[in-house]
Amino acid sequence: MEFGEIVSVLLQGAVVTIKIVAMALPLAAAMAFIFGLMRLYGGFPLKQLAVVYIEFFRGTSALIQLYWIYFVLPLFGLSIDAMTAGVIALGLNIGAYGTEVVRGAISSVPKGQFEASVALNFTPSQSLRRIILPQALVGMIPPFGNLAIELVKATSLVSLITIADLTFKAKSLADMTLQVGEIFGVVLLLYFVIAQCLALCFRYLEKRLSKGLGRGGVK
Amino acid sequence: MVGLTWSWAFTWEVLPMILSAAKVTLLATLLGSCLAVFVGLAFALIRRSRHRSLRSLIYWLVEFIRSTPLLVQIFFLYYVMPEFGISMSPLLTGVLALGLHYGAYLSEVFRSGIDGVEKGQWEASRALNLSMFDTYRDVILPQAIRPMIPATGNYIIAMFKETPQLSAITLLEMLQIAKIIGSENFRYLEPFTLVGILYLMFSIMAAYGIHMIENRFPKEGISLK
Repeated sequence: MEFGEIVSVLLQGAVVTIKIVAMALPLAAAMAFIFGLMRLYGGFPLKQLAVVYIEFFRGTSALIQLYWIYFVLPLFGLSIDAMTAGVIALGLNIGAYGTEVVRGAISSVPKGQFEASVALNFTPSQSLRRIILPQALVGMIPPFGNLAIELVKATSLVSLITIADLTFKAKSLADMTLQVGEIFGVVLLLYFVIAQCLALCFRYLEKRLSKGLGRGGVK
Repeated sequence: MVGLTWSWAFTWEVLPMILSAAKVTLLATLLGSCLAVFVGLAFALIRRSRHRSLRSLIYWLVEFIRSTPLLVQIFFLYYVMPEFGISMSPLLTGVLALGLHYGAYLSEVFRSGIDGVEKGQWEASRALNLSMFDTYRDVILPQAIRPMIPATGNYIIAMFKETPQLSAITLLEMLQIAKIIGSENFRYLEPFTLVGILYLMFSIMAAYGIHMIENRFPKEGISLK
């Protein structure tokens, strides 16, 4: 098989990989915020629920979670296709790590800011939205960037539940053509490029969000 | 419907098989973490080398390893190395992949640990006319180890949780055995859940163990002689 053909097949796989990332990333972010806020401000059952979610998804292997959602949930009558299973598993897994990021960033906002918003008669939701989150968000961006790269890497696992992502295409091409060196070399490079692009986006986002907050000294 | 209810009889039947596969998982983690510590230390020391090209080579290598999936690296080693005349068993390939992948992560931990040692210690070693090797072995590394324990431990636990990926190159570890049992009996619920619980138990135990090691570790460091 010619090199150009190999690359074009692999690029199709890369599109699927990017699609999964694009769907799992918002899910992970939503989970991170919901459970992060629940962990911080939730009452008795909500807080415990968040702890169970975090410990479960951080304590077990991502591949096991994927298999569990794909193979075991159908036994309870919840049949989902491979793509949805992949997105849910990855979103929940990375979201659990994100929860701790959200919690850490919010608790590192100086206490005076909370007190000042109480003094100014803000409701809790107002102070969170207007005062706390804008400051906490900047601190979340770098660790979120790392997690996004983790997510890109974790998408390679969905190839094991028959989704035709980059890794899956590579594996089947390699089985077919035996040109393993070129194929896996290109695949590694493609993942590297995707990850670096995401890292670049997050660096830009950090710059945008930190404007006017007086962080990081004079530059 | 098959498998809707939890069967304890089936659970007890498959538990011994899964536990014996746990040995493979633990062995891969143990060997992998030994290799990772070694690779990480080597990378970290080269990152401090005098030669700029060497430093940037390792920087990009680490960056590359950290931003590509472990699964693809495992495939790469397993399928591409035989082309260069090196064939290894799935276990050895897996250990090599885990060791390199987490070695790259650990090199950053070690680097910051070494950087965290006070500058005066370097100057004192210089004043005492110690060689570079003696400085690292007797002065710097013993003091750098304690602060590095928590992060290193986290990465070793993370490595442990990534061992199921070795099933993709036919290593018979816990998850692979569970999958085989599941497809033979058409019962996935018990084997997968058992594996999940075992991973959770091992992870929590390991996290506790690392905490203990950190607390027991002498504050002034240990001799590496």
